[in-house]
Amino acid sequence: MIYRETGQFKTSYASDQQLFPILQDRVFVVGFLAFAFVAVPLLASEYLFLAILIPFLILALAAIGLNILVGYCGQVSLGTGAFMAIGAYSAYNLAVRLPDLNLLLVFLLAGVLATIVGIVFGIPSLRIKGFYLAVATLAAQFFVDWLFARIKWFTNDSSSGSVSAPPLTLFGYTIQTPVEQYLFVLAVVCVFALVARNLTRGAIGRSWMAIRDMDVAAEVIGIRPMRAKLSAFAVSSFFVGVAGALWAFIRLGSWEPLAFDVNRSFQLLFMVIIGGLGSILGSFLGAAFIVVLPLVLNQLPTWLGIPLSTAMISHLEFMLFGALIVFFLIVEPHGLARLWAIGKEKLRMWPFPH
Amino acid sequence: MTRMIRTKAAAIALAVAGVFAAAQDAAAQSNEIFIPVLVYRTGAYAPNGVPWADGFVDYLKLVNERDGGANGVRIAYEECETGYATDRGVECYERLKSRKAVAVNPLSTGITYALTDKVPQDKITMFTTGYGRADSVDGSVFAWNFPLLGTYWDAADMLVQHVKKKGSLKGKKIALVYHDSPYGKEPIKLLEERAKLEGFQLLLLPVTHPGVEQKATWLQIRQQRPDYVFLWGWGVMNSTSIKEAIAVSYPRLQMFGVWWSSAEPDVTPAEDAAKGYNGIALGHSAEKDMPVHKDMIKFLYDKGKGTAASKNEVGSVLYNRGMISAMLTIEAIKSAQGKYGKRVVTGEEVRWGAEHLNLDAPKIKALGFGDIVQPLKPSCRDHAGVHRGRVHTWDGKQWSYTSDWLEADKKVEQPLIEASAKAYAAEKKITPRDCSKES
Repeated sequence: MIYRETGQFKTSYASDQQLFPILQDRVFVVGFLAFAFVAVPLLASEYLFLAILIPFLILALAAIGLNILVGYCGQVSLGTGAFMAIGAYSAYNLAVRLPDLNLLLVFLLAGVLATIVGIVFGIPSLRIKGFYLAVATLAAQFFVDWLFARIKWFTNDSSSGSVSAPPLTLFGYTIQTPVEQYLFVLAVVCVFALVARNLTRGAIGRSWMAIRDMDVAAEVIGIRPMRAKLSAFAVSSFFVGVAGALWAFIRLGSWEPLAFDVNRSFQLLFMVIIGGLGSILGSFLGAAFIVVLPLVLNQLPTWLGIPLSTAMISHLEFMLFGALIVFFLIVEPHGLARLWAIGKEKLRMWPFPH
Repeated sequence: MTRMIRTKAAAIALAVAGVFAAAQDAAAQSNEIFIPVLVYRTGAYAPNGVPWADGFVDYLKLVNERDGGANGVRIAYEECETGYATDRGVECYERLKSRKAVAVNPLSTGITYALTDKVPQDKITMFTTGYGRADSVDGSVFAWNFPLLGTYWDAADMLVQHVKKKGSLKGKKIALVYHDSPYGKEPIKLLEERAKLEGFQLLLLPVTHPGVEQKATWLQIRQQRPDYVFLWGWGVMNSTSIKEAIAVSYPRLQMFGVWWSSAEPDVTPAEDAAKGYNGIALGHSAEKDMPVHKDMIKFLYDKGKGTAASKNEVGSVLYNRGMISAMLTIEAIKSAQGKYGKRVVTGEEVRWGAEHLNLDAPKIKALGFGDIVQPLKPSCRDHAGVHRGRVHTWDGKQWSYTSDWLEADKKVEQPLIEASAKAYAAEKKITPRDCSKES
């Protein structure tokens, strides 16, 4: 009844091609952003910022990056953790060795370095596909793990191999409180999500999708596979690299290579699969599912006042989390984003379904 | 279908509401001192994490049951499972700190590294009894870290001194088999320094988490035949190492574990074959008959209030360590109460209390700990308070001491500590406190 586009006429190409063609969607997005930028900082507690919102946003950014590669271009990668590590350690080295560099520039350069490495490890994708490519990208994961654990130059000769990020100073202002960190991350993620959304709608995104759907056919209609595949690796690694730098500097503060091990790669791949392949919204939903749900499950017994031992709570958390993953994949194999789309379709009919 | 959507919407709303509810966590009661307890009772590190956690919690319970709290102020606590994972540990810390936590014992060097940046802002004192950053001994830079009783550099130094007594180390080979994490890498710097001084060759053999795959490592040991093996493992890695040593018939007598690698869960899986395996003890071993143990049985286990599954666990090596960690935390609180009054103290006051803690032998005896805790007196310059230990050896059934007291050599450690703390201060833009001005 409310969610209906009847009467919204498009009179120019611009209005037809805009990001959210339906008025209600625009209102919702603007309202949601206002909520995220204004209401949340006023309402939320420190715990919510530090343990839930900031990790959620940063991992959502990494998931968007991975989604570009896996969801839009169809190239399965298990090296996401490695590209995050490249971003994190590049940012660390840049910040420590060139202390005068602007922090934003540090993050962007970290992304650029991750891009270069991403392209190098993307080259095998020109010859191999599917599961075989996944195994090839796993090489990136192990190589990078080894690199940062063994070569001391990258960790500035830290005795324990653990490095610690310098203070976050931006234009002479130090980002310190959880609210400031949250707003900074939110702003970065919004900009990147917008870029990703527009890239995937444009020519480059269409060439990725053509390659994903059938690479021979794409080649026949004039899309160059090398360019499409490597550009997907480049853009994806850039996003993931920036996410890695944010994860290290804002979420962790001090970290060791274990923070970016193969489990992180799997975690991000699961986010993308559960959230929805080939969907920006899906990246956010998947990140929320994987980041927030275990914490909620872990604390639920305490809120409900059920006395359980710490070990039992942990075991229950794993069991319920696993069961919910299976449940959602059975209910909607195309991910949470598809559930959202179905919800919107239903809402159009509401309250008079056929 | 509509109903289904409605249920889903309701479920989501419930979840969101739950998250916000957690944010507004029940305000801590103002007449109790709150201590968060970061533990791991599941995963690859649980065999070692469980007895430590039981000892820690039991001591807090004992203080409440027997003494009615710290100087009459009751101690509140809550456990949070970290699984020895740094990100989960930080989440636990954030979750529990809002309840006006005064002190935290992270029980993981990785989590210690992550929290070192956070505790000064939150004004929460961090106790890392027998672990953590070795350079945090320097209280002028690390004002909020207290690696009480000794660090990994102390442990490594004492082990080198111990094996040196068996003959000069010149031209010998020492292998360090270590958990590839901040914990395992911590002693490397000191051992490299010692290798230069003594003229021995140091072999570094990392084992990746969780440490059940060590065939390649021990093959290298078989080839290289080091004169001594130092083991810096944790959880299932320890028992795996000892079993692999048996498989390649490396003599257990030449193996020395750090204090986290020489407890019952490490040696019992290998049964009799672990006989002769040594470890540096953090002052205490598996003593079971101190007055404090009798109190544990009397006030907790006889009344069915104990945390451990069986009272046989009371007095095991890691149980004792958990208990001692809790005792030192409580004593720091009491020391703060001595200056600021017998009330609910703040994290800042506990920091002062820890820095001015003075536990001499009679006091430790009065607390029921006999000689298993060495007298300690931390100060601004030395946040560990004491750097002593002794070697204990597994005879197939129990641990027994096989050396006199050892003490880490200040002359070797101090320059390393100062250099490392200075580098940290520069990286973090911290101005070190002037220790001569601290009262």
